[in-house]
Amino acid sequence: MTFFRDTWIIFLRAMRLSLRQPMWVLIGLLQPILYLTLFGPLLQNIAATSGFQGDAWQVFVPGLLVQLGIFGGLFVGFGIIAEWRSGVIDRQLVTPAARTAIITGRTLRDVVVITVQAIVLCGCAYLMGLRVPLGAFLIGLILVALLGAAFSFISNAIGIATKSEDALAPMVNTLALPILLLSGILLPMSIAPQWLQIASNFNPFKHIVEALRAVFRSDFSDPIVWIGTLLAIVLVVLGAWVGANTLKAQTR
Amino acid sequence: MFEHGDVDAAQLTVRGAQTTYGAAGAFRPVRSGRNWRHEDIMAATMIEAHGLKRTYKARGKSIEAVRGIDLKVDAGEIVGFLGPNGAGKTTTLKMLCTLLTPTGGSATVAGSDLRKDSVGVRRRIGYVSQAGSTSGEAVVGDEIISHARLYGIDRATSTKRGQELLTALDLSDVWSRTCGSLSGGQRRRLDIVMGLIHQPSLVFLDEPSTGLDPQSRANLWTHIRKLRDELGTTVFLTTHYMDEADSLSDRILIIDNGTIVAEGTPAELKKRVSGDAITLVLRHEEDAKRAADIAARLDGADKPGIEANRVWLHVPDGGRALPVLLADLTKAGIDAIGVDVNRPTLDDVFLTLTGKSLRD
Repeated sequence: MTFFRDTWIIFLRAMRLSLRQPMWVLIGLLQPILYLTLFGPLLQNIAATSGFQGDAWQVFVPGLLVQLGIFGGLFVGFGIIAEWRSGVIDRQLVTPAARTAIITGRTLRDVVVITVQAIVLCGCAYLMGLRVPLGAFLIGLILVALLGAAFSFISNAIGIATKSEDALAPMVNTLALPILLLSGILLPMSIAPQWLQIASNFNPFKHIVEALRAVFRSDFSDPIVWIGTLLAIVLVVLGAWVGANTLKAQTR
Repeated sequence: MFEHGDVDAAQLTVRGAQTTYGAAGAFRPVRSGRNWRHEDIMAATMIEAHGLKRTYKARGKSIEAVRGIDLKVDAGEIVGFLGPNGAGKTTTLKMLCTLLTPTGGSATVAGSDLRKDSVGVRRRIGYVSQAGSTSGEAVVGDEIISHARLYGIDRATSTKRGQELLTALDLSDVWSRTCGSLSGGQRRRLDIVMGLIHQPSLVFLDEPSTGLDPQSRANLWTHIRKLRDELGTTVFLTTHYMDEADSLSDRILIIDNGTIVAEGTPAELKKRVSGDAITLVLRHEEDAKRAADIAARLDGADKPGIEANRVWLHVPDGGRALPVLLADLTKAGIDAIGVDVNRPTLDDVFLTLTGKSLRD
């Protein structure tokens, strides 16, 4: 299977480049850790309010994990634009390698980086007082990885289609802000007014956050767990489809 | 110096008779004993395109970047694709490299049909883009191996081949350096190493010397000639530099506004221009007028121009005409105090063909 072999080769190259600059991985980690340390403590007092299920960390950390998946993925497009500009993308497109591997290999690298960041984040959260079963933690990592994959595919696709940081930046922001505000990442939507709750129901990420919160309080029987996981899988498939088609459309 | 592994036999024969192939001598013509005739060479065609066309759609309007190009490149040739910026050079090159699907026409590149078997084309061609091929932060050796593996070449072979190619292109000690630490000329040669790692029979170079200082350019040209002379690689390069096309190419295709307006060897193309320019400087205006009358009688001369004590005219072959002219002037008792013969440049050719200068 040339696709898998080529994806692996592209992944290894991308991974090696990321490891040569661990600074960027650390900077990516900084944001969720700042949220954890500077925003998390505020929640301790709000957690007593009605609408909160579980303790403050069980509500807040799933939100941060989902945020990490979304934002960690959304910004990778800048990297692929830089690679296109240095001729690397065209150079790889001219080889007999499967063209979709060129985006899939890079997305795989992004998923690995995001997953490592998620592990560090969970470790910090543990130190601050988060207590969840190992299984819940693993499901959390899988969901983050899926979200990271979906958004990395999309961001890489937009990057390669527009070939311009100036176009990518506003697109990423336009995409990110409503997703962030309507998903209850920072505060659960259950404390929102009715109209905002209804609006947020149309945001798939709200359900993914809710699914992860249910997992974190060990409420595996809640159907939202399956809905959220399924949504995440659908998003990855969608992202992969967009990514593969963008790469193929390069020659059109 | 180079490995000659899987260059096919047809290609080897092309320059076999007149070229020396490295010290090892592994590259002798198979059928020695007679010289290769033109017919033998014609047998191996590397690129053949018919009516190749590319139309872009932008805001409802369609823009014809390439308007139907026919071209043929034989194995072992260095062909220069010359034209001003925006003429359609890079678009044509990208179509031939499978980076852009033609909107019309057909082509066979390195033995495979461009549309039906683009993977087959990609397997046998090398492409050196003007944008480069490596990430600045990446290590040279890693980039070479990773690239080679996309062609299915194993790590050991790609290391060996990569190091040989680097040595051949005067880059022997850069294996563990980062690509960004190389000079402009070194990095361009690294791009060529990347493009050659799978030993392609045909390599496309897009504006190879753009942005290099004169010394690096001259050095790069030497290496490009070596690709053909020592590896037998067919080279197709685009350029908007006259001197580059002139000094490197066996044959030049001139493209303007999406169509090929002329083709031929540099010498043939220059002959198309009205001829060589002869300029005479005489003692005074009186002599100039008489010299002009004499010069006008030269074979194939056009009407001489006179300005003060200077006379100029065009003749088909300046080198032959000049001794005759000087002898005639001496017979008539006229002393020329200065004389100048200018061969036409490709710039003149371009100007004659398109009515505009390449530098625009």
